[in-house]
Amino acid sequence: MAGDGEAFEPFVNLFHKKLFHFTFLTCGHREDAEEVAQETLLKIFTSFPQLRDAEHVRPWVFRIARNVCASKRRKSVFAPVAEISLDELQPLGRELADWKKVPEQAAISEELNEALRAAIRKLPDLYQPVLLLRDVEGLSTKETAEVLDIAEDAVKTRLHRARLAVRQELDGYLKGQR
Amino acid sequence: MTNKECSEIFAKLSEYLDGELAPDLCAEMAEHIEDCEPCVAFVESLKKSIGMVKAAPEAVLPGPVKQELRAQMLAAFEQFKLSSEAKPSPSGGV
Repeated sequence: MAGDGEAFEPFVNLFHKKLFHFTFLTCGHREDAEEVAQETLLKIFTSFPQLRDAEHVRPWVFRIARNVCASKRRKSVFAPVAEISLDELQPLGRELADWKKVPEQAAISEELNEALRAAIRKLPDLYQPVLLLRDVEGLSTKETAEVLDIAEDAVKTRLHRARLAVRQELDGYLKGQR
Repeated sequence: MTNKECSEIFAKLSEYLDGELAPDLCAEMAEHIEDCEPCVAFVESLKKSIGMVKAAPEAVLPGPVKQELRAQMLAAFEQFKLSSEAKPSPSGGV
């Protein structure tokens, strides 16, 4: 068991934390996030024989996480897919918040971080996983496209809209802080 | 950010910031942004917002993995190791 720990324990610890961060940002409820993260972790271990390329373990892990998340959803298949329109995010001469007052990351208040997490959670299903995989998990455009089974151009389009939507939410929050 | 050029730039800002645009288009955008005050302000706000997402701290840490699940994971891991070792030319571990 001690020898097994050399590979097993670090893998469990690293991916448990990563998966929980991912699922917590997705659903926002601690208990649900714990359940999905742990279920995903087990699924990963039982699916090891299907891992074709050990170099691409991260995209593979998040692909499983996506599938577990999707299977947990209780939304109707007939529910309309919410889309973000680029036009709605155009500043079009509108006044921006004072972003200069946002401090460096280490000094950002918990309240602002919570506004950020709320903005991420608010993203429609089409966009949220792209933002989480690209900007939070640091996967490449190609890896994200593989995880989500979409074209690389779709990753770029959705990422841009997700980033703009988060920026707009934070802009509103900062204006309210005047 | 009101004119046509600003709108065209707005649509490609993420690719611009990610360095995914062709060099000539990137240089063209940089030239416009440099001289356009509303674009400068918007790009700065977007860069800051993206930076915050990338550095988003974990709100809470997960609790320990349930013992029962951990045992199942370890059993699956052991089985995988055994089957990998039994193969004549392993394709690599995890």
